Amino acid sequence: MKDRFVIAIASGKGGTGKTTVATNLAHYLAALGQKVQYLDCDVEEPNGQIFLKPKITATCPVSIDIPHVDAQKCTACGRCGEICQYNAIICIKEHVLTFDELCHSCAGCWRICPADAIRPRPLNIGEIELGSAGDVHFVGGRLRIGSVRTVSLIKEVKKYIQDGHLTIVDVPPGTSCPVVEALKDADFVLLVTEPTPFGLNDLKLAVGLVREMKLPFGVVINRCGIGNDEVEKYCKAQNIEIVMRLPDDRRIAEEYSSGRMIVNIFAEYRKRFEKLCEHLQTAKEQLYEKRRLRIRRKNIS
Amino acid sequence: MKIAVTSTGKTLDSQVDPRFGRAACFVIIDTDTSDFTVIENENVAAAGGAGISSAKLVIDAGAQAVLTGNCGPNAQSTLSAASVKLYPGATGTVEQAVELFKRGKLNESAGPNVQAHISMDS
Repeated sequence: MKDRFVIAIASGKGGTGKTTVATNLAHYLAALGQKVQYLDCDVEEPNGQIFLKPKITATCPVSIDIPHVDAQKCTACGRCGEICQYNAIICIKEHVLTFDELCHSCAGCWRICPADAIRPRPLNIGEIELGSAGDVHFVGGRLRIGSVRTVSLIKEVKKYIQDGHLTIVDVPPGTSCPVVEALKDADFVLLVTEPTPFGLNDLKLAVGLVREMKLPFGVVINRCGIGNDEVEKYCKAQNIEIVMRLPDDRRIAEEYSSGRMIVNIFAEYRKRFEKLCEHLQTAKEQLYEKRRLRIRRKNIS
Repeated sequence: MKIAVTSTGKTLDSQVDPRFGRAACFVIIDTDTSDFTVIENENVAAAGGAGISSAKLVIDAGAQAVLTGNCGPNAQSTLSAASVKLYPGATGTVEQAVELFKRGKLNESAGPNVQAHISMDS
């Protein structure tokens, strides 16, 4: 049985406090002596490093394979263009044209080419930084400016998930493909929202997504005190557990703006993270129990 | 000569479709005889690369020039690989656009006249 527990911190709406929750949670758990990894999968605008301040020990460039056509060998048969589902390679008369930004790296074109005229060539899409922030293992993806291969980079970041660790995944905002990729294989999802009509609207979208993906989840309401109580009502009606509330406290904003961790400064908020960890511990035990049952069932049959 | 005109409908009095890649139809018309055929564009709802695919469609139909509203870089480079000339900025009905083209009133473009719409959400 895999000894891992992956907690994804997501939200529909941007700017609700994903990174605040993710970094404070990672920091708090590590301080308890847990083996913790923090993965920044918000690769288009990574900012976890501002708060965790990791010492970076390695920077690994990430590339994907795209086709390179040898015009000397090409017989203009057109098979490459027929197999490509994204029009990233197309044969026009005697020319084969490639469109790097449309390629999904499926390898179809260089596998089907009967003249062996197409070879994969690497295209840099970004980098992954590895390091440590105190006892937190830090893995941060950063997409190259101009690159649109967000999903591919997130996939690479997630390969660093290690057994024997509690893994915190900082997910990009929204509900589109990069979010789906970052949420895949999560054992528990924290959906961070704020008690406003915007927060509620996007929370509903995010709840729809995690339900579709059949992922267990709970809601964190940040900036309690602003807006209205519609988020609370919605969660109650939908039988969704609110696992933490953080108030709209100017002091939190001030510490955040200085890149500091609230669990380090305010005992009352450290308590809230302590409670959150208890929730997560319960979720982890439930998951492990399920896995054990599954293994037992398998052994019986 | 055979030319392709992006069209919102299937007749010569249909409006020119301002989009190339996602045009509703292509009217392929012979400027000498005025005979024409209409191709419905299967790329209207393509996930991506519509311009490239549409360019291949009109190239395969034998067009030597394209009259349209806007054409992006991917479609433009595909058309130019087959030496198909591009005349963006066409408006009005298909018939009017063809008439302007015949009288030399439309300007050929050596490059795209709009930017690429890059997205990769899959």
